[in-house]
Amino acid sequence: MNWSFETLKRIQTQKGVQGIIIVTAEGIPIRSTLDNASTVQYAGLIQQLVMKARVTVREMDPQNDLTFLRIRSKKNEIMIAPDKDYFLIVIQNPTD
Amino acid sequence: MEIVYVYARRRCDFGRPCNFSDRPAELHVDVLPDPALAADFVRRDPCDVAVQCAQEMSEHEVNTERFESEARGINHVEGGWPKDINPQEMEQTIRFRKKVEKDENYLNTVMQLGTLMEHCIKQNNAIDIYQEYFEDEEEMVDSRERPSAKTINVFRDPNEVKRTATSLSWHPDGSRKLAIAYSCLEFQRAAKNMSFDSYIWDIENPSCPEMTLKPASPLVCLEYNPKDSHILLGGSYNGQIGYWDTRKGSQPVETSAIEHGHRDPVYKAIWLQSKTGTDTFSASTDGQVLWWDIRKMSEPTERLVLDLGRKGNLDNALGAISLEFESTMPTKFMVGTEQGLVVSCNRKAKTPAEKIVCTYSGHHGPIYALQRNPFFPKNFLTVADWTARIWSEDIKESSIMWTKYHMSYLMDGCWSPVRPSVFFTVKMDGTLDVWDYLFKHNDPTLSLKVCDEGLFSLRVQDSGALLACGSQLGTATLLEVSPDLSTMQRNEKALATAMFERETKREKILEARQREMRVKERSRSEQSKEDEGRDTDAGDESAEQLLARAERDFFEIVGAELKKRELEAGQEQIGAEELAGYFLTSYQANGPGCQ
Repeated sequence: MNWSFETLKRIQTQKGVQGIIIVTAEGIPIRSTLDNASTVQYAGLIQQLVMKARVTVREMDPQNDLTFLRIRSKKNEIMIAPDKDYFLIVIQNPTD
Repeated sequence: MEIVYVYARRRCDFGRPCNFSDRPAELHVDVLPDPALAADFVRRDPCDVAVQCAQEMSEHEVNTERFESEARGINHVEGGWPKDINPQEMEQTIRFRKKVEKDENYLNTVMQLGTLMEHCIKQNNAIDIYQEYFEDEEEMVDSRERPSAKTINVFRDPNEVKRTATSLSWHPDGSRKLAIAYSCLEFQRAAKNMSFDSYIWDIENPSCPEMTLKPASPLVCLEYNPKDSHILLGGSYNGQIGYWDTRKGSQPVETSAIEHGHRDPVYKAIWLQSKTGTDTFSASTDGQVLWWDIRKMSEPTERLVLDLGRKGNLDNALGAISLEFESTMPTKFMVGTEQGLVVSCNRKAKTPAEKIVCTYSGHHGPIYALQRNPFFPKNFLTVADWTARIWSEDIKESSIMWTKYHMSYLMDGCWSPVRPSVFFTVKMDGTLDVWDYLFKHNDPTLSLKVCDEGLFSLRVQDSGALLACGSQLGTATLLEVSPDLSTMQRNEKALATAMFERETKREKILEARQREMRVKERSRSEQSKEDEGRDTDAGDESAEQLLARAERDFFEIVGAELKKRELEAGQEQIGAEELAGYFLTSYQANGPGCQ
């Protein structure tokens, strides 16, 4: 039983979620609920951003590490949960 | 650290060894005070001496060499895939993906990240932590900061031979771009190798223009089409009108034929409001106002000759320098002439004679700018000679408000699109004036020296905060005005309305009074004519009679003076030498300086 699918389905049913992408650390999208063009764009851009954020956090304190990254914009919020090998990206329209 | 200085000399070069000895003080020089010298000096009491205990500093300006930067795109392909997998091949990528999904590491990671993510999503849904609480309350802008404007960017003409920036036009949506028309307006002073190009600049990038427009003759005016932001209309120095499409390149899409166009430089060309969005009209100093449809530029659709005698006579026509058209009043338009008159015209008149409705006089020189107030279309601003005047449509005799006469020529002006009481003007000495007549009538609220050479054109962006002005050497400066000059104050509309009404009423009263006085004068002079019938003295003299009288008076006076001098000379009973001497002295006394 592939629990990963269940997890993703559960996230998708939450209120306001527009899309989910799972990306490897190199930027290859593994699974996505958005169309290919957007997926590739998100994957490429966000991977660079996460690298930068991680380096920033680490430079301030080498013992520290990045656990979560939220980018709130006028239209939606992009949430990124990074890990050593993979990232989970969720785009949500927050309540307002 | 040891500080050692070693030098070597020959023994014989050294002097005798020093021999120190003690002896009492010897007075060598004693300068005693000399009170006589005090006469050379003036006592100064009190003395102003400035003392400051601060570091001495000097100021230097350094400017780096201007470098040209260009932004270029790079094309890259999808990356990150391992070496053996070709990203174009669907099969391979799908296989790769499936493999990764079966990986245990992947599963664990996803579960972990999933729970973390769920937590955050639920958090977002529960409370909007970025909720704005006091959104409805307006900000009380009570800061009495002085109005100011600062330069943001300067766009220089990249050519060697500098031309005047004669016209500016902001891009209609977003206003990230500015189109500037360059030409040399001085009669026959254009250098042979002067370039004809005009440019479109991106305001973020002052080092090189975004696009070049190449007309057949330098452009004097340039306007973006307010409906379609890719189309620009340009009027050139040789009287042609052309339109450009920025998607189609630098050459004009179509230009008018020279025979049917204007015979003088086209000073102003404006887009009209129409269903097709392709109607324009243009004005030039040859006395014509021509209407064009840009789809068919070979001939103008309509023509109006600015002949005040309403006969269509080109020889009598007034040269037009500026045009005004407001889309809220589509049937009327106004033309500013070289002779200082503003002619108000009706577009829908049946015969050309009826086209000209009325004129407003009051200026001494060509009217360089003419614009209706965006909030009060009945009032309009004219900028000409050394003043700027505000007029009301109803009063034709004179303007209702005017600035004082400045020391240098005013070249262009425009209203602020956001504040009804603010307008801007530029002068030949390079200053930009911001006038707020609810604040002060006599002087500009803010006067800034933008550059050393004269400023020729000015345009405010639709937001009201940015304005661009173009100078004689082709330098366009982009300025940002402080927020209190670009946001509407409380009651401003009401106050401005009250002020306009007050001034209009004043002029009306003055006009009525003048009319009364004239009527009285006329009736009085008629009466006096009946009483003193035949007396032709000073009453009905023609020009020739006046001239003859003036000559007569002159010769009489000269004759009298000569006679007087002869008498004076003859009355003296003196010898020849003394006579000669006397003549000399009398000549000196009464000679060249004699009045």
